[in-house]
Amino acid sequence: MVDKLKKDFFKIENIKLKSRLIVGTGKYKDFKETALAVKESGADMVTVAVRRVNILDKKKPILTDYLDPKKIIYLPNTAGCFTSEDALRTLRLAREMGGWKLVKLEVLGDKKTLYPNMIETIKSTEILAKEGFKVMVYCTDNPLLARKLEDCGASAIMPLASPIGSGLGLQNTVNISLIIKQSKVPVIIDAGIGTASDASIAMELGCDGVLINSAIANAKNPVLMAKAFKNAVISGRDSFLAGRMKKNYFAIPSSPKKGLI
Amino acid sequence: MAKIQLNGKKITIKSKLSIYDLLKKFKLNNKKIAIECNGNIIPKSNYKKKCLKSNDKLEVVHFIGGG
Repeated sequence: MVDKLKKDFFKIENIKLKSRLIVGTGKYKDFKETALAVKESGADMVTVAVRRVNILDKKKPILTDYLDPKKIIYLPNTAGCFTSEDALRTLRLAREMGGWKLVKLEVLGDKKTLYPNMIETIKSTEILAKEGFKVMVYCTDNPLLARKLEDCGASAIMPLASPIGSGLGLQNTVNISLIIKQSKVPVIIDAGIGTASDASIAMELGCDGVLINSAIANAKNPVLMAKAFKNAVISGRDSFLAGRMKKNYFAIPSSPKKGLI
Repeated sequence: MAKIQLNGKKITIKSKLSIYDLLKKFKLNNKKIAIECNGNIIPKSNYKKKCLKSNDKLEVVHFIGGG
């Protein structure tokens, strides 16, 4: 029985991943801590942002010195983009940088909530898919819009659990479940996870994976929290595959009544 | 001489300097970067061919930590 589970792997497009935990690389104290946390998380995919090179300070360390893009999959992200135009520009540059076709699209609509602008997101997904990109899309937890994204060619649906960096955890498990049930592409919870148990809950619902940044980077001990998330995701997935017991309104004794003295 | 804008900063360079030469000057030639000139992405294969002229706006980007 347990051997059966070994065949359970995570696939996005044609990329096979060992871990169902994807981690962000922002907000860490330094690159050393980033690298340690990523290693401890067991993730084989990390999100990265595209920004201007610091021309003046050439000696400043850079991310690729600490996380080798040949050993770990870089997932370029459009974090901070508020228009389709900016997001497309960012991802086209990312593709030029290293030939990355698998990317994460994020078009934000509001500075305070960082809630995704779904109109711009859908528009961008359509264009990127036509240009040959494999797009993993950050989105709201609206099942109809999630389906629309899939119809537009999204490679993965990435609904938020709650606002980016809020740590509020899963706020609408019903909607997330509906999205999981209808989607043919992987569903990955992106944003809002606060602690390891939140990730377990997401995985128990049947999510294919979770993406975590703030909950690890903002922990008192990010490296230990990375390990906690690794275990939480494995536990949640196993629990989902094992199939939980039925919920009952009344008690059912665990010991047989027969032979009771 | 040519006055260009590099990542938002105004700099003066030798005229007819190629992108390849500019990257070498800033020790960026071996880095994982992408370049946009006046809004158009310049493929790596064109770095030697593409010469910079006054008022060109150049953006040199790379990957940094992000969520």
